[in-house]
Amino acid sequence: MGLIVALSLLLAIILFVLLAPLASPYACDEIDFDGPWSSAPTLAHQHWFGTDSLGRDLFVRTACGGRLSLLVGVVSTLVSLLIGVAYGACAGYAGGRVDTLMMRAVDVLYALPFMFLVIVLMVLFGRHLLLLFVAIGAVNWLDMARVVRGQTLVLRRREFIAAARIGGLSDARIIVRHIVPNLVDIVVVYAALTLPQVILIESFLSFLGLGAASTSWGALVDDGAREMMATPWSLLFPALFLGATLLLLNLVAEQLRLRLARGAGTT
Amino acid sequence: MLSFALRRLLSAVPTLFVLVTLTFFLMRAAPGGPFDGERTLPPQVEAALTREYHLDAPLWRQYLDYLGNLAHGDLGPSFQYEGYRVTELIGDALPVSLALGSAALALSLLLGGVIGAVAALRQGRWIDPLLTHITLIGVSIPNYVIAPLLVLLFAVTLGWLPAGGWHHDRPTDMVLPVIALALPQIAYIARLLRNGLIDALATPYLRTARAKGLPLRLLVLRHAWRPAVLPVISHLGPAAAGLLTGSVVVEQVFGIPGLGRYFVQAALNRDYTLVLGAVLLYGTLIVLFNFVVDLLYGALDPRLRTA
Amino acid sequence: MLVLCPLTAQAGTLLRIGNGPEPESLDPQRMSSVSALNIARDLYEGLTRIGADGEIEPAAAWGWQIADGGRRYTFDLRPNLRWSNGAALTAQDFVAALRRVVDPATGAPYAQLFAPIVNAAAITAGHASPDTLAVWALGPSRLQILLKQPAPYFLGLLAHPASFPIYLPALAQYGRAFARPGRLVSNGAYRLEAWRVESQVALQRNRQYWDDAHTQIDRVQYVAGDDVAAQLQRYRAGELDVTSEVPLVQAPRIRADEGSELHVAAYLGSYFYGINMQRAPLGDHLALRRALAMAIDRELIVDKVMNGLALPAYGWVPPGVSGYQAQLPDWARWPYARRLAEAQRLLADAGYSAAHPLQVEIRYNTHDDHKRIATVIAAMWKQRLGVQATLVNEENKVFFVHRRLGLTQIFRAAWIGDFDDALSFLDVLRAGNGRNDEHWHDTAYDALLQRASSQSDPAARAALLEAAERRALAAQPFIPIYWYVSKHLVKPRVHGWRDNLLDVHYSKDLGVDG
Repeated sequence: MGLIVALSLLLAIILFVLLAPLASPYACDEIDFDGPWSSAPTLAHQHWFGTDSLGRDLFVRTACGGRLSLLVGVVSTLVSLLIGVAYGACAGYAGGRVDTLMMRAVDVLYALPFMFLVIVLMVLFGRHLLLLFVAIGAVNWLDMARVVRGQTLVLRRREFIAAARIGGLSDARIIVRHIVPNLVDIVVVYAALTLPQVILIESFLSFLGLGAASTSWGALVDDGAREMMATPWSLLFPALFLGATLLLLNLVAEQLRLRLARGAGTT
Repeated sequence: MLSFALRRLLSAVPTLFVLVTLTFFLMRAAPGGPFDGERTLPPQVEAALTREYHLDAPLWRQYLDYLGNLAHGDLGPSFQYEGYRVTELIGDALPVSLALGSAALALSLLLGGVIGAVAALRQGRWIDPLLTHITLIGVSIPNYVIAPLLVLLFAVTLGWLPAGGWHHDRPTDMVLPVIALALPQIAYIARLLRNGLIDALATPYLRTARAKGLPLRLLVLRHAWRPAVLPVISHLGPAAAGLLTGSVVVEQVFGIPGLGRYFVQAALNRDYTLVLGAVLLYGTLIVLFNFVVDLLYGALDPRLRTA
Repeated sequence: MLVLCPLTAQAGTLLRIGNGPEPESLDPQRMSSVSALNIARDLYEGLTRIGADGEIEPAAAWGWQIADGGRRYTFDLRPNLRWSNGAALTAQDFVAALRRVVDPATGAPYAQLFAPIVNAAAITAGHASPDTLAVWALGPSRLQILLKQPAPYFLGLLAHPASFPIYLPALAQYGRAFARPGRLVSNGAYRLEAWRVESQVALQRNRQYWDDAHTQIDRVQYVAGDDVAAQLQRYRAGELDVTSEVPLVQAPRIRADEGSELHVAAYLGSYFYGINMQRAPLGDHLALRRALAMAIDRELIVDKVMNGLALPAYGWVPPGVSGYQAQLPDWARWPYARRLAEAQRLLADAGYSAAHPLQVEIRYNTHDDHKRIATVIAAMWKQRLGVQATLVNEENKVFFVHRRLGLTQIFRAAWIGDFDDALSFLDVLRAGNGRNDEHWHDTAYDALLQRASSQSDPAARAALLEAAERRALAAQPFIPIYWYVSKHLVKPRVHGWRDNLLDVHYSKDLGVDG
């Protein structure tokens, strides 16, 4: 029940983010030179969420920011998922010395301050959107790798894997055909937990001025936080959307986790 | 036991070595150096500075020199803070971050624990979803929004607490930064504990016990807390290392001379030695706390006692 | 560590100054940031100083004579000058400071500031030994300096911290780390009491200072903090008496609530966009550069983006520079609509249209204010001129490296003058200047500057410098956007605060109530 509500609200946010710019006469970075700057929400110039201190329409910007934040969230999560699952499944399946070595490497990366690593990657490779995904994803796969490896260690001892091995399947095939499909549940839960985290990370990067070049919710909230005394609405709307999205994503993850726990309990 | 501890700590040395190596070369790969800025230095002056900091030697030579000095406990001179050694800077900032971080840790454990336990005990009643949602909101608001709001409310509007700064004879300086640091952690710990307790209570063993009429409170106090705190403890390892090494946001907003800024500011200023020092400290703390987490795990969950 | 900071319990009057970023050093020859220079002017004292209204006043020297057509300066030091530890301060200390700053081995960021002194440039370039510098002690309290050419701003250079004397025994004993509490010996109105990195530098009045009788404030705290908004909060909470600046976005509210405490004055700084002259098409099309410059509505930027805390700039040298007439291109006086129409015409004549738009890139270093200005300028170009402007935000160090290497097209830049003279600005565009990231080379311009330096008549010199600026403005290798203003909040309890062009304020001139 809660899951359905949360998912439909998320869908509503996604629809807003995709469709809102079509409903407004303004573009994301367009400055309304003739209209009021730092204006409270008004119908007069079709600034439904008001304008920011540079005369840009906050309704459209909230939507544009959402597109980027969600995109960063989804793609970075996928990146971390891809690396994490592959790495974790290999380590867990291989076991023994290889496993130990691979997990030691993960330990080393754990010991690097996460924010520092993201910053250095952003500085090193410039501020392209694509690299932002990779940078965030590439530092965020560690948890996923650990969880997947743990699960794989358990799976490895199950009969059907032994059967597949006797049947002559190659290791790579066993991992892809038999291990990974059995990881789906836990991976989905972890991905759902990672998504809001990643969106929050991007927003923190924006606070440091190192975020993506174009607008994200993080950048909008940061701008808004600077101007909250003068133009509270410039903080309110993006923060509301960012907060609601994170809340809903966390709720969904929570519900998925519960289902998984219950499912495990019944079998 | 002692030999296990020793072996664990010794095995951290290669980890830290790889960490230092990785950081050293990553920083050097970044474009720009410590002396680049809007104002250009005359070439001979820049050459003199480069020589002074031994940046003119081949990179591998600098790397070996750094490792050599490190072995003697010398982290080198800072590039950004002239006349200061990195060990001095970290030594000055560490107590501040430790004080703030441990207070924030204690506060988040206390409040997070209480909230998590209450939510789990009252599962299904109105207070559980209320607390759950409040904690979810807590995890969802970035602290660069919360921190200025705290200052605005408690320092500027109400005038109860200082707006920032750090004085040794003014303990009130700590209140707002500690709250800003602790808030997300309180929420996180509360969630972990609540879920852990609920999961534990759902195990067949405890379900049977409950069906037999044992009061819930007793069940939690006697049995359920053990498995329930395990996820909290494994979260606390890295979280404690993070809290104790400071937060750039909180330090910037409250004007606190802590460690957190060194991870960001020093990287941006290409203060190579300071970055390495900060990263090394963080890595050591992580290794140390993970060790403590493992010990606690072993103590709490007999199945994991392997050594 | 605890003993370093028990400051708040002490008696006496206290001034707390919000000072912006952490000072990188308290060694006067090694510093370059505004925050470090501010502290140095309290700790140390040079031969001259900047008066409350920007004029040059005697300081450690009570008087001087200028001879040989403005080339030979002879200074007479005040009798009985002492260091903060009671040791005698002599003319030799000033000689040592000047030798130290021009010596490349010192690594002084301001080494080139003293290039007017005979042999200084050769020493900085490594061709001569520092003791060949044409500065001599003629006895314990008399000093002579010989210049290559007359330089009317030279007395002002001696008020710059880069020329301030340091206590050589401390340097010999502690090396680079001499400028620390317990070690630093200074000759200014204050001495260093404590220094807590990234928190504050605390000064205590120097009882050995020759004019200590007139010092009113006993203790000064320079509070560090990069976050301007946080500084404002602390000012409002009564924890700071002076702020280093104010957050632009809050300016309207500050004017309403604290208008009488806000000090805004012209400042010696220029904010502009440089154009990389080595890159086509902007580099070889004056008309395009001109069109882009004309289409920027500077009044709107100053009014709405800077919230009035800047002056619209059309020229290069800021207004208010001594003995210099500000230069403007003729179109600066046109109404904006006419400028815009002309800009559109220039672009159309160059063959650009909606179907074939001009593509430009604006690159700026990471900072909220730079981003806001770039956003508005890009929108003006895009929405009014049909120019496709891309914004590229780069991390500081990466940005400066790329700028220097000529990888940028249009880049954000700023220049803050070091002394009150047009040359402090005009020299930046000279062909040999290391900062000339526009890579603009104009032999006639360089020749005008050269002729001006050898001119001893102030009016003739000014005319040559003005001609040089007109030449630079006509070639448009850069686009002026605004001139800086100094913008401080000063509590009513502080008195004696006077705004001036160099934004120099000595704590010894101030007083506080209670």
